[in-house]
Order: sequence, then structure tokens, then C-alpha cells
Amino acid sequence: MAETLLFNALREAIDEEMARDPSVFVLGEDVGHYGGSYKVTKDLYKKYGDLRLLDTPIAENSFTGMAVGAAMTGLRPIVEGMNMGFLLLAFNQISNNAGMLRYTSGGNFKIPLVIRGPGGVGRQLGAEHSQRLEAYFQAVPGLKIVACSTPYNAKGLLKAAIRDDNPVLFFEHVLLYNLKESLPEAEYVLPLDRAEVVRPGQDVTILTYSRMRHHVLQAVKTLEGRGFDPEVIDLISLKPLDWQTIGPSITKTHRVIVVEECMKTGGIGAEIVASINDNYFDQLDAPVLRLSSADIPTPYNGSLENLTIVQPLQIVEAVEKTVALQV
Amino acid sequence: MVQERTLPEYHSAATSLTRADGLRLYEDMVLGREFEDKCAEMYYRGRMFGFVHLYNGQEAVASGVIKALEPTDYVCSTYRDHVHALSAGVPAREVMAELFGKVTGCSKGRGGSMHLFSAQHHLLGGFAFVAEGIPVALGAAFQARYRQEAMGESGPMQVTACFFGDGACNNGQFFECLNMASLWRLPIIFVVENNKWAIGMAHERATSQPEIYQKAAAFGMPGVEVDGMNVVAVWDVAQTALQRARAGEGPTLIEALTYRFRGHSLADPDELRSKEEKEYWLPQDPIKQFAAYLLTHNLAQEAELAAIHQEIRARVEDAVAFAEESPEPDPRDLRRYIYAED
Ligand SMILES: Cc1ncc(C[n+]2csc(CCOP(=O)(O)OP(=O)(O)O)c2C)c(N)n1
Ligand SMILES: [Mg+2]
Repeated sequence: MAETLLFNALREAIDEEMARDPSVFVLGEDVGHYGGSYKVTKDLYKKYGDLRLLDTPIAENSFTGMAVGAAMTGLRPIVEGMNMGFLLLAFNQISNNAGMLRYTSGGNFKIPLVIRGPGGVGRQLGAEHSQRLEAYFQAVPGLKIVACSTPYNAKGLLKAAIRDDNPVLFFEHVLLYNLKESLPEAEYVLPLDRAEVVRPGQDVTILTYSRMRHHVLQAVKTLEGRGFDPEVIDLISLKPLDWQTIGPSITKTHRVIVVEECMKTGGIGAEIVASINDNYFDQLDAPVLRLSSADIPTPYNGSLENLTIVQPLQIVEAVEKTVALQV
Repeated sequence: MVQERTLPEYHSAATSLTRADGLRLYEDMVLGREFEDKCAEMYYRGRMFGFVHLYNGQEAVASGVIKALEPTDYVCSTYRDHVHALSAGVPAREVMAELFGKVTGCSKGRGGSMHLFSAQHHLLGGFAFVAEGIPVALGAAFQARYRQEAMGESGPMQVTACFFGDGACNNGQFFECLNMASLWRLPIIFVVENNKWAIGMAHERATSQPEIYQKAAAFGMPGVEVDGMNVVAVWDVAQTALQRARAGEGPTLIEALTYRFRGHSLADPDELRSKEEKEYWLPQDPIKQFAAYLLTHNLAQEAELAAIHQEIRARVEDAVAFAEESPEPDPRDLRRYIYAED
């Protein structure tokens, strides 16, 4: 079994789905001849032509709205955000048109649309290219939000997102494109709405997603050496959250830490903490901890950037602290 | 002294409008007018709520373009959408019921005046944010070309008619979409209803080139200016644009010079537009002009037109009765239609 890089896993997903369904097409900046800024669509135009790998002008709000119109009329567009941050220009189309239109139309139209691309804090890309839009979009009704984290789940989830009849925001991470993993030869599709229990454990539930999954797993190595047994859950689906997986974990460990790359204010963790407060308060043996990025524009300087996002050591300390607490 | 743009002259001898088409257009325009007048009445009687934007005065544009389309074509509108919906074939009952917030409305009472939708009648919306419908319409047009070229489907090319106002033409989405439509030769007709005002912003105060049709040239597409109070003229330019789009030759920008006979919405006191301006435009009433046209060209008799008015009034009354009697949405369905599965 050959090892596959994450960006190639995504490419395989798109290639397979395009071969399977002629209504699937990709549009965005440099997705065709250039092959995508992270090579996710490399050479696909040679196989499927310029109309199915549509290189668009740099006009995010209009090509995103165009994808909504194509989805309403029966196609299955995949919009690539060259960087997800650029889709701030398309906030209106993602919110009003992709997210809300089905409801507003009383079910007249469905919008099978995938909006995918690189997000997150990279290596010194500066504030504008280091955004985590998942937090901004989580309040929009009608959207599904998914974050992949490994080559295996990237491929299976993207295929599911393309087949889903709803608008799906699909977040990749700039620093994960070169992760390697052996993928099954046989076709597989993963459920879009299920969290993944990455490591079962008894002491504490760590909820995380995207690149922070890997920071958490680094921390877990240290923690195992110190005799801790944390349960690690990769949320995968950021909207809706998979409480069927998260809930039983909380009732088992009674302690929760959220580790996220979005900013603390209004983040994914903020929503999780609020829901835990609503539904699992009695289960808790310690306050829920949130490890999030600092509430600042991501600085360029490398050491300041490192201070902005959560580091494995902080996760180790948080676990030690919360497990020691008795309430 | 009102400075008005000279309405382009139209030589009606050139048209091939048949008697049947003439009566169809007339009926559609009268429906638009009567429906909107009834909306005003119902709004003031507290039967409908929210922002309600009426179309009085602009009927020739909706009827002239939409009645030239085939049922497989698409229509995309703004918040001033009642009459576009009616012309597209959404029954008056369903539009009125929507305005009453009833579950029998075309958007099941979830949309309201500014969010009329009908998949069945190929009405893409009902878009309440200025210019946001233009990209969506572009997507429907792209879909038509894609189906033929990438999916090998046959049959006539579906055309999308995209309506918006003069105000929308100063928004980036207008320019971005004109560019892409022309670049990819998409089967779309951009119809600007230039009624001279964007709420209280006079068109000349908002734009550096008030002749909107001239902006088409920058994108290498035909731009035509038409007397938007003359339905025959609108019908004619629509036919030409349609043929071009269907033949795969690409988009056309139509600028229809028109005027709204009421305030921006029913909440607008309409204090900025001058008496002189209104006096210039009111006599150009498109329905009266068209009635005269039908009579002088022997395409209809007085009695036939009177019968149309009578039938339409009855249809609008029926729509109100239907809306009144229809049930409210079931509160248990509050969260329905969020995702495709429900
Ligand atoms: C994005 C956005 N900004 C502002 C508004 C408020 N607004 C509603 S209608 C309108 C004027 C639009 O004028 P025009 O495009 O000429 O259309 P008309 O109302 O004359 O039909 C404005 C500013 C809005 N609906 N959407
Ligand atoms: Mg206007």
C-alpha cells in the first residue's frame, strides 16, 4: 500500500467523485491550469476539461454566488477558496445564499455545494492568511462545517461532502497538506457528522480538531509517560457537533478540555462549553478548560506566532491541572 | 425643469407581436398592477408586514421580458419581486398567501415579500440584498451551458433572465458577473430596471456613467437601451437577447428606462422625488400606452380589454380570499427546511 500525501488524498476524492458524477465540478482561482495553490486539483483539467475545472477571475463573492445558483439548478459545485480567508469576501453568499436560502424558500431549493480550501495558522503567513473562519461561520443556519485532519479522513470526508445535499464548508489546514498515510485501495466514504475517537481513555475528554489534533497527540505521548489516560476526540464535524460521541465521553471522564486553533472569543470551544453547561453540567468534576488561540491578529514574527496558538506543553499542563482538581 | 433622458424611439412596425401575444402581455401587466394595488390595501389593513416593495409603473419590463421566455428558462429577481414571480407563472394565490405568511405561500410563509421562490416555476428568488441575485442567476446560466457541454444533454439552451435596479449597477457583483458572463458566453439576459432612484439616492448622484447600457461595451457584450414603459419595445429587445443567448452567443445587457409610481416601499414617505418628475412619468403609464397600442393596431377591442380587467380583479380577490383562509405554518415545523433532509 502506497503512502498518500494529504493533498493527494483530497485530489483522489475529487477525481473519484468527478468520474462518478458528471454534475460535480470545481471552480475557483487557479484550480485548473495551475492545479490549485496546494495542488489539490493538479492536472485534473487535463482529464475533465476547462468547464469542469473552472478557473475563475478573482471575484470571490460572485463566483461563490454563482456556485450557489449552479447548485440550486442541479449541479454539485466544489468551490476552492485559494485560502479560506479570502472567502470573507463571500460571507454574504455563504451566509444568506448557501446557508439560509433553503429555509427562506420553504424548501423549494437545495444547495449541494462544497466550499473547501486551506485555513488555519501556517508558518508566518501574517494575519490575513492565518484565519480560522470556522468560528465566524458556525452561527449560520443551514451550513455544515467539517474539518479534516489526516489523509484518511480528508479523502473519505471530502467524498461525503461532495455527495451531501447541503452546503458544506470543508476546512483543510495549510500545515497538514504533506501528512502521509497509507490509504485503503478500496473506495470508502466517511460519515460527515461523526466525531472520531482518536484515543479512548478514562481521565479527561480532550475535544479538538484540524491541526490541533496533532498537537494534542504530541501532548498525549508525554501524558502517557506520566501515567495519564486521556480520551482524545477529533470533532470532525464542527456544525452540527456530534453530541452522540461527545456526550458519552463526558459522562465517562467528567472532565473536558477543548483545544482549538480559532480565537477564544466566539470560538468553536465557546459554543461547546455553553452546550456542556446546558446539558452536562451535573456530569462535570471540574470546570471545562478552553485552550484557544489568543484573541489577536496572528503576528508575523515566528516566536510571537508560536505564542499565539496552543502548544503541546500547555495541553500537558491543562490535563495535569484538570485531573488533579476535585470539586 | 426636469432633466430626463430621452426615451429611445421605437418603431412598432418592426414588431411581429401577434394578437394572442398582445393579449397575454396585457393580461400579465394588468395582473401585476392590480396585484400590487391590492397589496398596498392589505398592508395598510394590517394583513401583511415587513418591507413591501411594489412594482407599479414598471410592469412593461417584467411582462416584456418574462413572457418572452420558455417555461424551462429561469428568472431571478430582487426584493421587488411580486410581479416577476407572477409573470413567471407563480399563481397569484401562492404569492398573496406568502405575503400573508401562510403555509400555502410559494415559500411556505418562511420567505415573505422579499423572498419569493418557486422551483416549479424556475424562480430563483427573491433576493433581499442589493445585487446578490446577480451571481446566483449567473450560476443558473452556467448550469445551462455546462449541461450541454460537460454532460452532453441536448435540447434548447435554457436562458436566465436576471432583474435588478439601477442602484445594483454600482455594486461589484454587477461588474464581476458581466465579466464572467461574457467571458464564458453564458446564456443570460441582464435586465436593469433603471427607475432613476435607489431609495433616496438619485441615479446621477450615484454613478459616473448614468447610461448603464454603455457599461456593457467594457465587457464586450451588447448593451441596449429601451423604453421601459413600452412593453412592445421591451418584448422586442428581449427576443433579440433571447435568440442570442439560446444560440450560445452569450449575454446581453438591457437597460429599461422606467419609473416606479409609488414610494420605494410601503414604508417610504416618497418625499424626495419632485412633482415635475412624477408629472413627466405618470402619463407614460405602460398599461395605458399598451391598451392604446392594441386598439390602434386592431389587436384587441375595448370590450376584450375590459373583460381582462374584470377577470384579473376577480383573480386577485380570489388570491386574497385564499390567503385569508389558508392555515398558518405549523409551529412544530419551525426548524424544518434548514437542511436538505427535512
Ligand atoms: C446590500 C444591500 N445594501 C443596502 C440595502 C438597502 N436597500 C434596499 S433597496 C435599495 C436601493 C436599491 O435600488 P435599485 O437597485 O435601483 O432598485 P429599486 O429599489 O429602485 O428597484 C437599498 C439601498 C440592501 N437591501 N442590500
Ligand atoms: Mg432604482
